[in-house]
Amino acid sequence: MAYEEPITDYDHIVENCTCAFCGCNCDDLEFLVKDNHIVGVRHACRLGASKVMEDMDQRLMVPMIRGEDGELEEVDWDTALNKAAELIAGAVRPVFYGWSETSIETMKEGIALGEEVGAVLDNQATICHGPSLQAVQNAGYPVLTLGEAKNRADMIVYTGSNAMNSHPRHMARYSTFPRGYFRQRGRFDRTVVTMDPKYSDTAKMSDIWVGFEQNGDYEFYNAIRAVLKGKELKQDVISGIPKEDVYELVEAMKNTQFGVVFFGLGLTHTLSKQRNIDIAINMVQDLNKFTKWVLMPMRGHFNVNGFNIFMSYEMGFPFGVDFARGYPRYMMGETNTIDLLTRKECDVFMVIAADPGAHFPSGANKHLAEIPVIQIDIHWGPSTEIADVVLPGSFVGVEVGGTSYRMDGVPIFMKKAIDKPETCRDDEWIVRELKERVAKIKQAQVASK
Amino acid sequence: MEYILKNGIVYDPANNINGEKKDVMFKDGKIVDNVSSDAKVLDVTDKIVMPAGVDPHAHVAGPKLVVGRLYRPEDSRKGVTAKTNVVRSETGFSIPNCAATGYRYSRLGYGTVCEAAMPPLEAKHTHEEILAIPNIDIPPLPLFGNNWFVLQLAKDGRIDELAAFISLWLKISKGYGVKIVNPCGSEAWGWGMNVHGYDDSAPHWDVTSREVVMALAKANEQLGLPHSIHIHPNDLGHPGNFPTTIETLDSVKDIQKNNPIRDQVMHCTHIQFHSYGGTSWRDAESGAEDVAKYINQNKHVTCDVGQVTLDETTTMTADAPMEYDLFKLSGLKWANKDIECETAAGIIPVIYSGKSPVNSLQWAIGLELFLMIDNPWQVALTTDHPNAGPFIRYPRIISWLMSNERRMEMIENKEVHNWVERRTALATIDREYDWNDIAVISRAGPARIHGFEDRGALTAGMNADIAVYDINPNDFDPSKNAAGVEKAFGNALYTIKDGQVMVKDGEVVSVKPSGTIWTNVVGYEDKEQKILDEIMPFFNKYYTVKFENYKVHDHYLHNPIEVKVQAGK
Repeated sequence: MAYEEPITDYDHIVENCTCAFCGCNCDDLEFLVKDNHIVGVRHACRLGASKVMEDMDQRLMVPMIRGEDGELEEVDWDTALNKAAELIAGAVRPVFYGWSETSIETMKEGIALGEEVGAVLDNQATICHGPSLQAVQNAGYPVLTLGEAKNRADMIVYTGSNAMNSHPRHMARYSTFPRGYFRQRGRFDRTVVTMDPKYSDTAKMSDIWVGFEQNGDYEFYNAIRAVLKGKELKQDVISGIPKEDVYELVEAMKNTQFGVVFFGLGLTHTLSKQRNIDIAINMVQDLNKFTKWVLMPMRGHFNVNGFNIFMSYEMGFPFGVDFARGYPRYMMGETNTIDLLTRKECDVFMVIAADPGAHFPSGANKHLAEIPVIQIDIHWGPSTEIADVVLPGSFVGVEVGGTSYRMDGVPIFMKKAIDKPETCRDDEWIVRELKERVAKIKQAQVASK
Repeated sequence: MEYILKNGIVYDPANNINGEKKDVMFKDGKIVDNVSSDAKVLDVTDKIVMPAGVDPHAHVAGPKLVVGRLYRPEDSRKGVTAKTNVVRSETGFSIPNCAATGYRYSRLGYGTVCEAAMPPLEAKHTHEEILAIPNIDIPPLPLFGNNWFVLQLAKDGRIDELAAFISLWLKISKGYGVKIVNPCGSEAWGWGMNVHGYDDSAPHWDVTSREVVMALAKANEQLGLPHSIHIHPNDLGHPGNFPTTIETLDSVKDIQKNNPIRDQVMHCTHIQFHSYGGTSWRDAESGAEDVAKYINQNKHVTCDVGQVTLDETTTMTADAPMEYDLFKLSGLKWANKDIECETAAGIIPVIYSGKSPVNSLQWAIGLELFLMIDNPWQVALTTDHPNAGPFIRYPRIISWLMSNERRMEMIENKEVHNWVERRTALATIDREYDWNDIAVISRAGPARIHGFEDRGALTAGMNADIAVYDINPNDFDPSKNAAGVEKAFGNALYTIKDGQVMVKDGEVVSVKPSGTIWTNVVGYEDKEQKILDEIMPFFNKYYTVKFENYKVHDHYLHNPIEVKVQAGK
């Protein structure tokens, strides 16, 4: 990497900004601002910094509606909002999907709209840590705030997670490298273990790499549990790991003072899905009979946890909440976005702060191409290609303030640093406008009857 | 808008009104002595009129609640109702969604509910949930008992600085008073351990539970906060824990109270869980008599009960090691949440059953405490919601307290296990609460305990928070009609909050946003700055959020109810 000159050409610095990238929600960022643009970001990782600095790249600037000829055409805000409101008000089975990259304040407007029209509200958990949440509902949820790992942990396990690539500051800020109150020597006071079939960048930073076979997770954790319960392993090799290594590892885990398992989608989405997480949770519960252990899902988007928390306190269920019957329902496999799309139930789809075009299975996207799609986002993406109404929002944590929840549930108010482009609107405002316009249409319908 | 509640039978213990037939008038949200002839008349002839209920201790908003809801969809699937033109959807039984929490308290005739445990690091979350709860005012209590700064200051005996820290942290977290949970024990849980007894200390910190509690009590009185320290003592739920409880209560008896409204220097919460005799669950028995005797002889303490209601519920507490103990007993799904530098929490479902000897014992101990503590101003009605049962069971508990016949029926019909007769004295107590006693334990008492100046009584100038119940006390024997009591107290005829009719005939007819009650100490600004300067390097090093992002700012308080306290006055 070539040496980069420090940035000196800026007007002012905004301190203690929160990164709007991953679930680490690093809140120590400094934005260097010149002419209402961020020209430099201090402290952030490459992922975070580039998202903040290149915020104008492929930026959606104006509201658009897809015309007769199939092309998106620029329209004014009133036209776009009215069109979107008409679609939502006329929908039989609307789905509002996304929310993980916008603020809780926006979600508040969204749930009010969803209740009004009987929509399904769902977020990215449906395609990422949804199975983890299922497992939590089966087995429990022994977690921590990240500062506990920093201050106490002497053993850190990453499993199915390549934090160095996906959450680049996670090890630096929370788990491995920082000097904690009881771990004054930082990295030297901790044992880092990566459990992953792949020799990932995180594995390279670790003291121990346990490279079990692909889809061998369940069997491997089962073996650990068996050893914890005092059983002897009958096979010599378990999921590709010699049994002596399993014994040794269990011994080390029992003899730590404070251990944390950070698990990623590599564990959640292999063969046994939520059962992998079930058994990881059970393992942590077993380990607590010997010493202190906790675990934590490595949540991806900066507010994906926030949506689950928000929906839980508003309606008692974390995601995939269906208001079609006038009361909230939550049924895995029934009220989740992918199922609704592949069954071709959904007739109007609103996507906010997410990119189903890039992430959904093709069957789901195929249906999206056939129904009206409303997109609220800041950047162009594959979803824009299938959108019929595009409403350009603004960048939470940079152009507009708002609440987010870190992967460990710590709430942070992400403050505003610069003004949004004049032609864009706040997400919260857009959804509120939609809510009010839909309510007007509905009232008119009632009146005309 | 002026109103007159006409011809009700009024129970207003704070004003020594005990079942008098009189009118209650209010105007623009406040109780008044006179209204004009234009006042709207609400005819409540011969119905029970009381100040709206005040819940001194419940868990209704915050991170623990959300973990409970998130990991127990089986609970959220109970009690689901569709939205109407007035109300939003309700879900949940032991951990209702925010909307249901507000409506259900309204239907019981309640107006104020204290959220009993707020970790300062996640205070914004608690406040977000308070914003989502309608119809009730909520004072949240931040947790101090295992906070590292508190442990250090208590160890060094720096009461002045501790007072400044409390004053500052109440501002930062927008909290109401000082909550202490298993002092030193939740810190020990950071290493998977617990403390045992009042003179045990957390690893590393070298400060005992006693030292922490006494330091906090002294600092609390130095500031003259409206509420006393609010303590969940050590050893919760362990057989043989009652001596620890009495030791804890006794340790603060020489500390001078410094507040004109409340009488106590220590409020001991869910004391039922802390009044067990015996040495293990094999030989466990009631310790209620000793605890009640201590409280009867000492005016410096108050308590609430945490009455077991014999339901399936969700327990949640900052006493995390205790929750892991419960997990080892029941094997049900266990959740835990450690909060850096501050506290911990644990959650686990519990199925309290009358068939279980232990649960029946707990049920009886709670009732014994209610009935053995002579002065109703010293004991308040709670279930430690949702720990011993959901708050919607308050009417049922009221019916138990008012009817010895019902209690004996439960014992004789084997609705509870025979440990109740064999290991407690409940069957020998025939005391029955009267309407006035009920008004004390559910509104007047808790309001005084929390030092509220604006609620808990029907005095002119106070908030028009009023409950009317569909019972004519002159023509109704609660002793013979427990079911009637439960029905009436569960479906208020009217609930009035700040002069607005929220409930009529048991139905929620209007909603209003909740208020957040918090304490703003004035006069300590310099001392606060000094302690802040001192602890800031530590904060920056060991917390994982920046101080600027730690504070709860006004964005999270839409309807703040600020209680100004002149420090030391």
